[in-house]
Amino acid sequence: MRLICVLIIGLFISTSAFAVEIEYWQYSYKTRLDAMDKLIAQFEVENPDIKVVHTNFPYAQYRTKVAASVAAGEGPDVVQLYYGWLGDYLSANLLQPLSYTEFPHQTIEDDFFAMVANMKVGDDYYALPTAVRSLGLFWNKKIFREAGLDPNKPPQTLDELVSLAKKLTKRDRAGNIVSVGLTMGPINQDHNWWREVLVRQFGGTPYNQNTTKVTYDDEAGLKAFEYYADFVTKHNASVVDFMDKGEIAFKAGRAAMHIDGSFVLSTFARARRLEWGVTELPTHNGIKANFSSYWVNGITSKASGEKKAAAEKFLKFITQADAMQLWLDEVGELPARKAVAGKEANFNHPEFGAFIRGLEYAHTTNFYSEAAQRKTVVDMLDRIVLLDMDVKQSLNIAAKEDQQIIDKAIKE
Amino acid sequence: MKNISVRKSFIWVMLAIGGIVMMTPIIFMFSASFKYNDQIYDLALISSEPTLSNYFYLFENTEFLTWFMNSFFVAMVVTISVLFFDALIGYTLCKFKFKGRKLIFIAILSTLMIPTEMLVIPWYILSKDLGLLDSFIGLIFPGLMSGFGVFLMKQFFEGVPDDYLDAARIDGLNEFQIFIEIALSMVTPALSALAIFTFLGNWTAFLWPLIVTSSADLYTIPVGLSSFSGEFQSEWEMIMTGAAVASLPTLLVFLLLQRYIIRGVILGGLKG
Amino acid sequence: MSRTVEQKRALWAWLFLALPLVYFILVRFYPTLDAFSISLTEWNIVGEKTYVGLDNFIALYNDPVFWIVLGNTFEYLALGVPISLFLSFMVAYYLDQIRFGHGFLRACYFMPFLTTAVAMAWVWRWFYQPVPIGIINMTLGQLGILQLDFLRSTTQALPAVLVPAIWAGLGFQIVIFMAGIRAIPQTYYEAAKIDGAGPWQILKEITLPQLRPTITFLVVMSSIGFLRIFDQVYNMTQEGEGGPLNATRPLVLYIYKAAFDDFEMGMAAAQTVVLFTILMIITVIQLRLLRK
Repeated sequence: MRLICVLIIGLFISTSAFAVEIEYWQYSYKTRLDAMDKLIAQFEVENPDIKVVHTNFPYAQYRTKVAASVAAGEGPDVVQLYYGWLGDYLSANLLQPLSYTEFPHQTIEDDFFAMVANMKVGDDYYALPTAVRSLGLFWNKKIFREAGLDPNKPPQTLDELVSLAKKLTKRDRAGNIVSVGLTMGPINQDHNWWREVLVRQFGGTPYNQNTTKVTYDDEAGLKAFEYYADFVTKHNASVVDFMDKGEIAFKAGRAAMHIDGSFVLSTFARARRLEWGVTELPTHNGIKANFSSYWVNGITSKASGEKKAAAEKFLKFITQADAMQLWLDEVGELPARKAVAGKEANFNHPEFGAFIRGLEYAHTTNFYSEAAQRKTVVDMLDRIVLLDMDVKQSLNIAAKEDQQIIDKAIKE
Repeated sequence: MKNISVRKSFIWVMLAIGGIVMMTPIIFMFSASFKYNDQIYDLALISSEPTLSNYFYLFENTEFLTWFMNSFFVAMVVTISVLFFDALIGYTLCKFKFKGRKLIFIAILSTLMIPTEMLVIPWYILSKDLGLLDSFIGLIFPGLMSGFGVFLMKQFFEGVPDDYLDAARIDGLNEFQIFIEIALSMVTPALSALAIFTFLGNWTAFLWPLIVTSSADLYTIPVGLSSFSGEFQSEWEMIMTGAAVASLPTLLVFLLLQRYIIRGVILGGLKG
Repeated sequence: MSRTVEQKRALWAWLFLALPLVYFILVRFYPTLDAFSISLTEWNIVGEKTYVGLDNFIALYNDPVFWIVLGNTFEYLALGVPISLFLSFMVAYYLDQIRFGHGFLRACYFMPFLTTAVAMAWVWRWFYQPVPIGIINMTLGQLGILQLDFLRSTTQALPAVLVPAIWAGLGFQIVIFMAGIRAIPQTYYEAAKIDGAGPWQILKEITLPQLRPTITFLVVMSSIGFLRIFDQVYNMTQEGEGGPLNATRPLVLYIYKAAFDDFEMGMAAAQTVVLFTILMIITVIQLRLLRK
């Protein structure tokens, strides 16, 4: 009854002239939309004078939409964006800096994982994440058992990964692979695995400190990519884009191991007859590394006055600890605050745990153009697999293309 | 004599094999849409336990029904508009004498040389400036009249004798009434040919709808299917069901009106 | 008297044409000119346009991927047109001689024309998968033949993408060819038979020359179609990229990517100008050659 009273009062106030209406945009993905609707409902109960309009667009057109509408003075007050787009958004003047008083830097730096530093440009923070993602190694317990291996012992090192992948590959009588040992999908998450994880584990770095120069075109990068390409060219333990997408092959029980982000957890959880586990990425020479990416929420340049105040309140609300816990439970994306991630129940969770533990040693890539830079890795592997090109030569071409993309973006 | 019949049988068998090959993708598409996920990789055409569950899933859990209705609505509106306006323009350019007639005809005809791909960028910018992005009007406006239809209709009105029209004038009908009541009824084959091409073209159109729509509620079937297939890639039986639903209406109409449609295609193809 | 009637009718004519003229100017002519003018600018759709002269065209000229794309586009044309015309003529020529089951066979060949390219692209994409899911490779596997890579090969991918495009267009071409064959007066054949010409000679001396307008029409139509291929490539390659290694990427996909992924409107418009020019030249050449 009290709740109804509150709602009625809330409704009354929200329709009155004093109500502030702000718009929130994110891209369409069922679980994210539902989770955000829940958060908005909670927020509106707590702040009956603010109404949040929740709008969404498909991923493919999301960027254009935001750019076109904010430039026209319409669109969202609070917007969700991929961390890699921050540069683009800032150069187009789409975002305003977060105020020192509402979002003190010290608290941000203390409470959030270190990668949030990417959201600081000059002296200002521009956006904060609700959730982050990292990579993990999925393995199919049934295939392990059938091959006479311990289904609860996934590979711990890169060398084990190779030997297991070789053992777990299944072929038909004609010699065609019908079930891969490890999925290979550079266009999906493997390009990140190579760039931020393998390169580092073989002793290199992908880019220099401020990401102006490609540095993976050295011995370490070469060894790292050789390691990766060998799954197809030498070990014959994989097929690139097997069944079109590694995720599909794994879901269909046609892949023994698969590297992917935390966001596929819900997909695999729904798959019937699939016995799987997920663990931290294999180490090499004792080096642990992981890749992390995330979506952040920022306040657009069009919000001002009371809308800005409302937008700040809303942004605070969706980046606080409770919101992150809800996001983890509903969407399966990891909390961006150390305190929430470090909770016993989360840190040792059988599924989320591997990803959360990976966050501690994760790196992010400062992409200039994610799609174009990804394509350099896709093409690098294709040249080796399809055209029999020497790994070193292919790596040099990729590094050159990547450098060109970076140079072009910096020039603009 | 015997020789000829042997030859004919041989031709017939070869053509039949070709026909089966042509139909294979369509048959497999429908066949897969009636299978469960674990049977889809069998080569058997008819599943041991056929199911409609894919269709139910598609209509209950995805926006396919909306996309279907969107496609139908867009194709219908565009077809009606094209029929009316192209016939009116063709009729006017054929049966009226006035200065600039030839120039207008050539100008309209010249639009046939401009590929849609060249226009989509300006259309996109125009839509953005007028706030038509992601709206029905945005989807529809580029197709409302077509140079092809004008040309086709003009050709056909050439064959309509002026006497009929003059007789109607004497009866006191005004020019618009003459067009609607007399002229149109004399070119119905051309109208149906134009209707077939326009409807089919819009039902299957992909590039412009892909560009102009952004919210899933406004997708047409091809755009919806493309994004849906990307998401459902692990479930080929669902993709096949979607593809079957996308193809079914045109195939069904064809099976019902085969002769008229082929005649219409020939008319539109040859005269146009 | 007759003068006023004529004036009145001219008035009607302009009345009928008023709306269409506005439409054609706004939706056809103005955008065409706009495309040319955008092609001379650098513009990311959000900011201001900057005039750069012919810079976009120079950049295209120096872009190695653009030349690959152009090469692919012509490969679609060079393979697609002869293959589809040869097949459709063969079918039409023989189907015309068949009475039994004629309508049924014609329907089998025609139905693909009525399908949606996007839908069938996904069907074919499934067919081309490697074992254990692709139907073609599973069949090959059962016959003990090593599988083909199809979409995962730099050499096979383009023909593999082309097949559904040819397949879908064949029905239309067959129907048009048959109409053309029917339109040849029977007396020609009778005269030839009296002269003692064999079927091969009749085909060469009468049928083909008489079909010249039909062939011209089909060559022009299908050339334009293959040069503009997009739906199949977008839906059959990984992430619609036209891979592997740009092996299947045609000009229209390149335009789409430039305009709506990278928002390089000037560059994209310049590419549409190139496409327009190519279509124009090809059409004119073909009309000239075939009219002779």
